[in-house]
Formats: sequence, structure tokens, C-alpha cells
Amino acid sequence: MSIDRIKMMLGKLPTHLALICLCLVWLVPTVGLLVTSFRPFQDINETGWWTAFAPRKEAGQDVYEKYLAPYYGSDGKAVEGVDLFDPELVGQFRRSIALTVFLREQMEAGKVQLEEMPDAQETKDLLTYLRRVSGAEGAASRPRFTVDNYIDAVMGYRGRASYRADCAEGEQALDLNCNISDLMNPRGMGRAFVNSLLVAIPCTILPILFAAFAGYAFSWLHFPGRMGLFALLVGLQIVPLQMTLIPVSRVYAQLGLNGTFLGIWLFHTGFGLPYAIYLMRNFIGSLPREIFESAYLDGMSHWTVFYKLALPLSMPALASLAIFQFLWIWNDLLVALVFLGGQRPVLTYQISNMVSSLGAGWHLLTAAAFVSMALPMIVFFSLQRFFVRGMLAGAVKG
Amino acid sequence: MSDVQVPEIMRQGKIAPWLYVAPALLIMTAFIVYPGLNTFLLSFRNADGTLPAAAACVEGEPCWGILENYRYALTAPIMLNAFRNNLLWVVLMVGGTVGLGLLIAVLADRVKYEALAKAIIFTPMAISFVGAGIIWKFVYAYGTGQVQIGLLNAIVTALGGEPVSWLSEPAFNNFALILVGVWMWTGFCMTILSASLKSVPTEILEAARVDGATEWRVFWKVMVPIIMPTIAVVVTTMVINVLKIFDIVYVMTGGNYGTEVIANRMYGEMYINHQSGRSAAIAVILILLTIPFMIWNVRRFRAQEAIR
Repeated sequence: MSIDRIKMMLGKLPTHLALICLCLVWLVPTVGLLVTSFRPFQDINETGWWTAFAPRKEAGQDVYEKYLAPYYGSDGKAVEGVDLFDPELVGQFRRSIALTVFLREQMEAGKVQLEEMPDAQETKDLLTYLRRVSGAEGAASRPRFTVDNYIDAVMGYRGRASYRADCAEGEQALDLNCNISDLMNPRGMGRAFVNSLLVAIPCTILPILFAAFAGYAFSWLHFPGRMGLFALLVGLQIVPLQMTLIPVSRVYAQLGLNGTFLGIWLFHTGFGLPYAIYLMRNFIGSLPREIFESAYLDGMSHWTVFYKLALPLSMPALASLAIFQFLWIWNDLLVALVFLGGQRPVLTYQISNMVSSLGAGWHLLTAAAFVSMALPMIVFFSLQRFFVRGMLAGAVKG
Repeated sequence: MSDVQVPEIMRQGKIAPWLYVAPALLIMTAFIVYPGLNTFLLSFRNADGTLPAAAACVEGEPCWGILENYRYALTAPIMLNAFRNNLLWVVLMVGGTVGLGLLIAVLADRVKYEALAKAIIFTPMAISFVGAGIIWKFVYAYGTGQVQIGLLNAIVTALGGEPVSWLSEPAFNNFALILVGVWMWTGFCMTILSASLKSVPTEILEAARVDGATEWRVFWKVMVPIIMPTIAVVVTTMVINVLKIFDIVYVMTGGNYGTEVIANRMYGEMYINHQSGRSAAIAVILILLTIPFMIWNVRRFRAQEAIR
């Protein structure tokens, strides 16, 4: 390797370092949530998610090694007739005082000679440790990672254990049946997922269709007030959504559209249009003028030019707009809150509801958050090409 | 725009163009223009829209008559706080997203894993504010006991510091929220700026380097002037976005602990205090703030039309 190349690599080192650091900062918060969503809920509040892959340090292990290991052995079986790791024996120690009493008896019986007794806190830790390793609590068999959080979130389980454990024992929570119908439980993420799809798909198609019409007219057809009208429509982008909610929901109340899908489809279509028109006009308008001129000269009608030329040529813009709009609708909370509410809960509504009603139930929140992120991420990564291209058509060329 | 620039060939009848525009026009009129105007009128009415705004005036206290709601929106302490916070948001978030976006675009351009790096930075754009809110609430989580399950406090305590309640401590919480905004939107700025950087002709860059210019000078004296129009677009778009920022604050703090922003106050006046007049006045002010940036965008659009 020549000196020049080494110099070049060294010169690039700061670039690599800076970029990798930035990428890590961007990635780590999401990774933290993903890891957490797969951890048993007992672990989440005890240790940070970054310890999930490190060897587990059992609380009380050091106390055991200090006091009892010299006599009972590291496997708890060194003393004849007394097996400290036997779940039945450990099960008898309901409180740490019982363990102290037991150890005293052992000393008096001459089986062991402890130099000193562990204090109250140490005995507590000791008992916790014995419970875990003996399996008296079932904790020793607790896996490091589990999909229970996801099952609980999808089914809308709100109990103290987990959906699978409860159903295995035949105990059903209030609104659950432990069969396939639980997938559609109104409190669960499964039902909300379907509702989100029912909202997002029509809300994506309608504004794009209308925007393609308008974008074509603003680009290649002439009519009086063209520029002024275009500026006005695009300018409507600045109207904050919140400003229109009250009048619209008043009208909806009269028409009986509150809580219906039709109501939210129309509203989202209205609000998707300003940006969609802006993007479509910029894209269709930046297509080569010669194509359109020669098409008109050949006697093609405006309609033929639209669906034979403008529409196919603007496919990239249509695709990117579709992704934009889909993500925006899928991720929206406010509009769904106002127009659908709890009648037809969508994913974002369901999650924000969980935040307020469950407090820090991180195991459910993290799993629910990832259920809601899965689809947009898949859409986004599989169609990223179009997304980026369309964004550029709207901003760079415009 | 005058008719002179429109070629004769584009005249396709008098009614046809309007048919193309009609669906968009109708829906936008019904869902943006009408309710928007309705809200504008409401801004001059009292809390429930039944009387003129002046009805809310109290004897002996300052009153702006028909503009009473605007007096509240522009002078109430909680509103002043919201304006101050919004200014902080605009400066830090626009600066942060555009600055970092440009930095990452330039850095990524020089490495082989460009696509991967950009995808990582861009990913938060696909996530909802609710999802991002949960992700960052978890990062900022504050434990009163020994164990810190929030990453940030774990780092702070590992370095020997005291854990901080990031979202309720007034010294930090606005910055903590703005950081979430930067995390979500840097990918947007990066993508647009990166494409613009790639359109800078390599001959110009090579020529500057051959003349002995340092990379630093090449960046500031060659690249930045060429992509300036794009930077302007990104900045205006971001300013408009940030002025309307709502969800992050709503999900993460609900505007408590001094983190109010304008859009959040607007929501609060409407749905919590049931003061539709005040809420409408705040909305109108928000629009007035964004108008200069809108005009800038329209001007750019006209310039493009002229050179086409």
C-alpha cells in the first residue's frame, strides 16, 4: 500500500468517525425500544435494556457466596439432607424471617457453623436469590426475551400476568375469550391495525387522484386566473389543521358523519390536497414542454394527453406522493382523535390511550409502538426510491 | 403571470380546465377555506361565538374591544411564554435539522456506505409522533431509585452525575423536546440537500481543488453558493413546519412545565378551556407568522415558471 493511500485513509478517518457517531445516535433510541419490547415485563423496570445481552447478575448471589456457599456449597447441596436449592424447601420460607429462623436451627443442630448471620437486608436478598435459582418463583426459567408483550398488546390484554399464561390456566380476562376472536378485541392493537388500514388507503388514493387532475391543468392547460388560483391553493398549506376542526365537526354532527370512515376520508383528502397539488404541478410542469406541444399539434385532446402522457410519466411522483400521504395518515393522531375517537380506534389513538391509562407499562407501550411502526417502515424501505425522488421533485426542481 | 407567455396550444376550451380543477377546488373549499374563514370570524367573537369579543371585557382592565381575543393572544403571560418557546423551536430546530442535514449529506457523500447511513438518519420520518414520543420518553425516563432504565440518565449517573427529570425540569425540557424534533426531521433536510449537492458539477469542484483550495473553502465558497436556492427551500419549509409544531409537545409533556408552544395553546384554548374565540385568534396569528415564508416560496415558483 502506498503512502498516499494510507494518508488518504487517515484523512478520511474523521469523516468516518463523525458519520458513524451520528448514525449511532440516530439508531440507539429505536434499538432501545425494540429490545425492551421483547423483554419480560419483570425485567424492564429492574435493569436497563442495554444489559439485556450481558450475563445476568442475580441479586443476592454475592450474599449467598459470602455466607452460605462455604457450608452449603455453590450448588446448595453440600450438607446432607438439606438442599437449599430445592423449591419445596425454599417455598416454606414465606418471609425472610423464616429463613433466619431456619439458619439458626441449622446452627443449633450443629449442621453448620456460620461465622455471622446475614443482616435483615442481606437475608432478603438471599431469599430472593434462593427463590430464583430454586425455581420456587418460576423466575429461574424466565427467558431473556419473549413475544408475550406483542401478544398482550395485539389482544388488548390488561391483566397482571400475560395473555398466554392466563389462557393456559383457563382464567380469562373480562373481555377476552382465549380464541381467535380476541384478535378483534376493541381494546387491542389488532383491531386498531385494521381500522388504520381502512382509514389510510382511501385517504391516500383520493387526494392523489384529484391532485393529478389539478396539477395537469395548472401545468399545461390555460385558463384565466391560473397562477393566482394555484398560489392560493398551495398557500392553503399553511392553514393549521387545528383551525378547521371545530367548524367541520359541527357540520359533521348535523350530517351524522362524526365517528364514520367517510367523514375522516373527506377531511384528510381536503388537507392532503395543497401539498399534493404543489408536488404534482411541479412534477408534471417540469416534464419537457416539447412532448406536450407536439401531442397537441398532433391533435390529441387534453384528456388523451392527460392519461396517455402526463399520468404515466408522472408515475414516480404519484408513487412518492402515495407513500408520503400514506405515512402521514397512518401516523396522524389528532384527526383520528377528533373524528373517530374511541368508536373506531386507530393505532395512534390506541397507543396514546395506553399512555394515559397505563402510566409506565413499558412492556405494552413498546410492543404497541412497534406494531404501529412495522407497516410504515416496510412501506418506506421497500419504496424509498420513489419517496426520495418525489420529495426532490417537490423541492429541488420546484 | 401574463398571457403572453402562454402558448396558444395550451388553450383547450373554456370549461375543460375547470373540470380538472373542480374536485380539488370543491373539497378544499369545503374543508379548508370555509372552516378557515369561519374560524377567522370566530376570532372576533366571545368564548362560544355568540357575542362580539368585547363582551368578555372587564371594567377597569385593559380591553381591545373587538380585538379582545388578540389582546389575550399577544399579551397573556402563558402566551408570551409560548411565543418565546416557539422562537426557540424555530431557531434551534431549523438550525439543527438544516445544519446536521447538510453535515451528514456532505459526510455521507465521501463514504461507501452512503445509502445505509442515509437510511438510518431518514428512518424516524416513517415513525409517528406518538411512536417517537414513546421512544424518547423511554430515553428520558427518570427513576427515583438506584436503577435508571432511561438511557440518558444511566449515562449521567455512570459519569457520576445526578439523574435529571428531563421532561419536567424547566432548564432542560424544551431542549429535550426540540432534540426529538431534530431527530425526526434531519432526514428530510439531509435527503433534499444531498441530492442538491450531487448536482454540483464535479468539474467546478475539481478546478477549485487543483487551484489549491482546502476542502473547507471548497465547501463554503463553491458548494454552499451553488446549493443556496435549495437551502432556502429547506429552511422555509422547515420554518413553516416548526411554527406549527404540536404533536411532540402534546404527546410528551402536554405543554406542562413551561413547554407550551403556539399550536399547543391553540388546542388547549379550544378543547380544554373551551375558549373558541381565543383559540381562533391564536390560529390567525399563527397564519400571519407563516405568510412571509409562503410569499417567498411563491416567488421562487414564479421564477421557475419564467425560465421554463
